[in-house]
Amino acid sequence: MFDAIIALVWIVIKIVIILVPLLIAVAYLTYAERKVIGYMQCRVGPNRVGIFGLGQPIADAVKLFLKETIDPTAANKFLFMLAPVLSLMPALAAWAVIPFNNSWVLANVNAGVLYLLAMTSIGVYGILIAGWASNSKYAFLGALRSAAQVVSYEIAMGFALVGVLMAAGSANLQTIIHSQQGGIWHWFFIPLFPLFLVYWISGVAETNRLPFDMAEGESEIVAGFHVEYSGMGFAVFFLAEYANMILISALVSIFFLGGWLSPFDGIPYLSNLFAWVPGIIWFIAKTFIFLLLFLWLRATFPRYRYDQIMRLGWKVLIPVTIVWIFVVGFAIEFHLSPWFN
Amino acid sequence: MLIEQIVFIAFSLMLIFAAIMVVCSKNAVTSALYLVYAFFNSAVLWMLMQAEFLSLVLIFVYVGAVMTLFLFVVMMLNINIENLRRSRMKYLPIGILMTALIVGIVIYVVMPEHYISLTPVKATEHYSNISSLGMVLYTHYLYPFELAAVLLLAAIIGAISLTHVGNPKRKVQNINKQIQANKQSRLRIIKMPSEK
Repeated sequence: MFDAIIALVWIVIKIVIILVPLLIAVAYLTYAERKVIGYMQCRVGPNRVGIFGLGQPIADAVKLFLKETIDPTAANKFLFMLAPVLSLMPALAAWAVIPFNNSWVLANVNAGVLYLLAMTSIGVYGILIAGWASNSKYAFLGALRSAAQVVSYEIAMGFALVGVLMAAGSANLQTIIHSQQGGIWHWFFIPLFPLFLVYWISGVAETNRLPFDMAEGESEIVAGFHVEYSGMGFAVFFLAEYANMILISALVSIFFLGGWLSPFDGIPYLSNLFAWVPGIIWFIAKTFIFLLLFLWLRATFPRYRYDQIMRLGWKVLIPVTIVWIFVVGFAIEFHLSPWFN
Repeated sequence: MLIEQIVFIAFSLMLIFAAIMVVCSKNAVTSALYLVYAFFNSAVLWMLMQAEFLSLVLIFVYVGAVMTLFLFVVMMLNINIENLRRSRMKYLPIGILMTALIVGIVIYVVMPEHYISLTPVKATEHYSNISSLGMVLYTHYLYPFELAAVLLLAAIIGAISLTHVGNPKRKVQNINKQIQANKQSRLRIIKMPSEK
């Protein structure tokens, strides 16, 4: 009994160690987004609060904290308050199985990929409940759009992961990383390139980011599912969206780019030169590439039309994944070197 | 062991509460949300029995996909709650009858004469739920598994053919035409003499 309590306290400490940097990263991701898109559009971005505007996310957080929380009279109060929590919870809970380094993982479970699929698939409930409980037509339209979109893209996402599972032969995230051992040409993004693209595109669609932000659609349905939210409720929805972005970026780098593995493994000179770099640095660097890609997409593309989103999901991405699963099957059967021997 | 028992009792109580509320809540959306809650609680119970594959698939498939679509439909229904409340008592006798029947069957099955209780064996550290399930599914139960797959395929084709009406007059976007549109076919630049 006493041992169990000590183990529990340790787990809580580890959770805090993971979540505090994550939340700081979320805060500065909003800053990075405004800054990067600003420069892409020949603007400066936030530069007033602190040096280079670095105090901006903190100022934003304080502002949202102090704002009055308004709950609409016709809203279902309990569900209205529950919805932001439900959208944030899975985004944070998924980090339990993410490996940061060779042995740095909170829960090294065998069904890690399944756990991640389960967690990312319940993120839609926050949006759905928010849209319904607000009792407002724009919020409801946003919720319906988002529900249909997330359910469609989840299939493509799941199929893409089936390819990864086949290639690695395991659903454990550490094993998936270990099976990509040995330099950049061993990583799964080469044999699974179409699945890599499909996973990334459906990841963008799952987080409701541009060009797939039908759930918000500012120019069509005001702000979509969170139109009635103010103050903290709004802030939590924002937090969930950015935490999801970081999660998807981390997952793409684990599944297809070898997670914390060094890209220079096995190259005669470079591998010794970069041997001192801890794995977490590579992991963060790879995650960062995809985060920048998120911002780049937002600055580049206009929003998709709704029927085109559905068409892309069902008629392009899902057939591509199904075909490539067969290709991966043959590659494994014939021990295609250097990935499947 | 004690902690496991506490977790088991807490989540089974919540499961029973959620299941009762699915039936008793006045609002259809709240009912559906309680069903989601019930799925979560039963997923925890399965996890406690070390059936992590089943438990996560329950969340992934039922909570993530089936219930999302369910809520999607239920939210768009326009149900008159007053009518429902008035007619609820009408179904009480048959409800009690059905409950009694099901409870009777369950009690009959779990009576000591019929029920062989097995003491659960703790899985070893390297035991993988997924691989042993796959092993059984693709060897011993291959034919039932394939039959179920064919059945689902037939259902998919049926659903598509029911909703896909081949009316040529229906308003639908021809994606091929849309993609092939170019500047020359859509824009006409008219030169006008500028005002002096």
